[in-house]
Amino acid sequence: MANQVYSQQFENGLTLLAEPMDWLESVAFTLLIPSGADRDPKQLAGLSNFVCEMAQRGCGSRSSRQFIEDLELLGVDSSGSVSNGFTSYGGSMPAEKLRDALTIYADVARRPHLNDDQFDDAQQVCIQEVRSHDDDLAHQVMTELRRHRYADPYSRVSYGNIEAIQQIKIDHVREHFGTFYQPQGAILSVAGKIDWQSLCDHVGQLFSDWTGSDQPIEETPAPAAPYFHIDHDSSQTHLAVSYQSVPYSHDDYFQSHGAVGVLSGGMSSRLFTEIREKRGLCYSVYASCETVRTRGAIVSYAGTTTERAQETLDVLVHELLRLQEGVREQELQRLKARIKSQLIMAQESSSARSSQIAWDWYHLNRIRALDELSAIIDALTCQTINQYLVDNPPRDFRVVTLGAKQLEIPRGIS
Amino acid sequence: MEFRRQTLDNGLEVIAEISPKAYSTALGFFVNTGSRDETAEISGVSHFLEHMVFKGTPTRSAEDVNRELDEIGSQSNAFTSEEHTVFYARVLPEHQSRATDLLSDIMRPSLRDEDFEMEKQVIIEEIAKYEDQPPFGAFEKCMAAHFGDHPLGRSVLGTAETVGALTSQQMRAYFEQRYSPGNIVLVASGNVEFEQLVSDAERNCGSWTPFKVTRELPRAAEHSGLQVIQKDAAAQEYVVQVANGPAAADDDRHAARLMATIVGDDTGSRLFWELIDTGCAEFASISPYEFQGTGILMTYLACMPDDTPSCLKQIRDVYEQAQKSGLTEDELLRAKSKICSDLVRHNESPARRLFSVGNNWLQRQSYRTVRESVDNYQGVTLDEVNAVLAKYPLTTSTIVAVGPAPHIAT
Repeated sequence: MANQVYSQQFENGLTLLAEPMDWLESVAFTLLIPSGADRDPKQLAGLSNFVCEMAQRGCGSRSSRQFIEDLELLGVDSSGSVSNGFTSYGGSMPAEKLRDALTIYADVARRPHLNDDQFDDAQQVCIQEVRSHDDDLAHQVMTELRRHRYADPYSRVSYGNIEAIQQIKIDHVREHFGTFYQPQGAILSVAGKIDWQSLCDHVGQLFSDWTGSDQPIEETPAPAAPYFHIDHDSSQTHLAVSYQSVPYSHDDYFQSHGAVGVLSGGMSSRLFTEIREKRGLCYSVYASCETVRTRGAIVSYAGTTTERAQETLDVLVHELLRLQEGVREQELQRLKARIKSQLIMAQESSSARSSQIAWDWYHLNRIRALDELSAIIDALTCQTINQYLVDNPPRDFRVVTLGAKQLEIPRGIS
Repeated sequence: MEFRRQTLDNGLEVIAEISPKAYSTALGFFVNTGSRDETAEISGVSHFLEHMVFKGTPTRSAEDVNRELDEIGSQSNAFTSEEHTVFYARVLPEHQSRATDLLSDIMRPSLRDEDFEMEKQVIIEEIAKYEDQPPFGAFEKCMAAHFGDHPLGRSVLGTAETVGALTSQQMRAYFEQRYSPGNIVLVASGNVEFEQLVSDAERNCGSWTPFKVTRELPRAAEHSGLQVIQKDAAAQEYVVQVANGPAAADDDRHAARLMATIVGDDTGSRLFWELIDTGCAEFASISPYEFQGTGILMTYLACMPDDTPSCLKQIRDVYEQAQKSGLTEDELLRAKSKICSDLVRHNESPARRLFSVGNNWLQRQSYRTVRESVDNYQGVTLDEVNAVLAKYPLTTSTIVAVGPAPHIAT
């Protein structure tokens, strides 16, 4: 599983990463620009998202329509989105089209028109995006959980809110673009059928004269309330629980990841077995490791009909706490088999590798090659995971519920 | 890339698209059964049975099945549609045999009463989950309104009432009518050892007794009209429009897919420029669905409740314009590029190919390479695309709206 990875740091701060996958016909790229929701001015929540929308409405020599039509002609499956930490543009395409696609995206990042005549439509699109989440109850409960877990601005959603979006003016868009669309901390990753040297030369031509510098971020602490309920007339009650853990960049991350893998992810995992298979309490239940910048948490979710919500929450919390008693050898072996499969199968997807190497660089400032990751997984033992669980018992719980009835918080976590 | 095929004595077909360089092997049992094969009384049984298949066999408990699927590091799951029920696993090539053994075994499930009652609760939770989720049942309600008493009008999940009233005897009877080896295809893709696959299938499935399976294919008497279902708890309005489209065996299905891409893809289409780029609606698109004997072109709209009449009018205007003046060569060129690039990229994943190869075999008993699929799309002419619009007018449709609006003026 040895894979070659390349990196090149340009003088202006932009990092180019590449993983050749010669057995594929496709190539995928990911361009991360440090203009996330965490950079929005407080009163203009959603501004980065607005800029991302505007940047794709005409850039360089192309109008809004030409931009989309040219990508279609090239066969590029493209995307543009904003998360808490960055704006991400990406595309997946036949390998021979990469050069043209990157040329277009250099215009998106550096020469968007940000014209007045696109402003009203872009504003409406951003408002529609806020509304699209109004009926997504599982998303709402997880968003609220995040707000109770992390300090502002790390708990923010990218799409902001309607009031704030209505306050945004074209000058805000231009100013935000001017400040945050810059190379320091920006990452361009490419995976698939590529030639490193010609890629490096081409990216140098497109981006080496890009200038600007990154800005510091101010934070304010999260609300301290351990339980928050949102009343809603729904068939199901949605439960979200989290506790503090280590982030992706921490040395112990894979100990925590291993422990959570025993809880969730496979068909024989504990949450699926105890909550769905043995008790029939819900259809969807999961837990996962979450990393927001330098902070980490374990988050879990279950959706269940209101009359069974209390029992579901009780069993869910019981399983989260029971994890401290340790994982068993057979559970670990199954987990390792699953992770090993995933690592090998990732080599079938240029998009998956392109995003992963960008994510690695963002959090670690380097790339973990697949064989290094494989060695980390091989080195996990019940003893290392269980020692980690003893040293780091679940603490600082947050619970959010959304549904027709407020619940009792189980003992042991409040 | 090589295609292999063999039929066991009891009628079970084994097919594989083999790419020796692939990192993974995908395997699946594709059963030619779904909600269209149910009666009103047992509505939801195909999907419920899909869950029960994982609940154990005479030699394995449900826990054993789940544990063993994880032991081989598989990514496995199942799904049920109107016409098919599919059980699949994606594994490393070294686990092909074990995955075949395991999937074969669960295809003869015990359907134990205690498991049946427990899983019924999970299904009822699944139904509740979709009740809370956009488009709040609008697709099922529109299919029911469009197809009336035709079997395609039946919902895949059923309702809490029909599922609640189902008995394990009814499920066993359904299993015994539908899961004949002749009605099932074992499909594989990626890094496949074909001889091994056939010998594993013979060992595990050779004793399955065949019986005759039929599917009713009544002519669909499609309806049209508008139905508004008020749901106060929803913030947005969700509208589903169903118009007729080509069936699975129809030659013009490629032209219909190109037409749908030009008129209603989620980006770069006429609907996109009219409704999405302008922020008039949150979502508007057209998707074709092909069934045996009939097909549909489904329009999906999500927008603010007050904007629904104007959005529906904009959609109608786009459709009327397309039907009246036709589409353009430039649009066709871009649509072909989009679809063909997508086909080639998907080809890199054995898991994705599994569904294309399996679906094509069930629907048309034929195999096509990605190159042949690309050629089929590239060969479509503008006249053929415009002919689809004339044959299946998008403006003649059944419309169901679910959301806060009490009525919609059209």
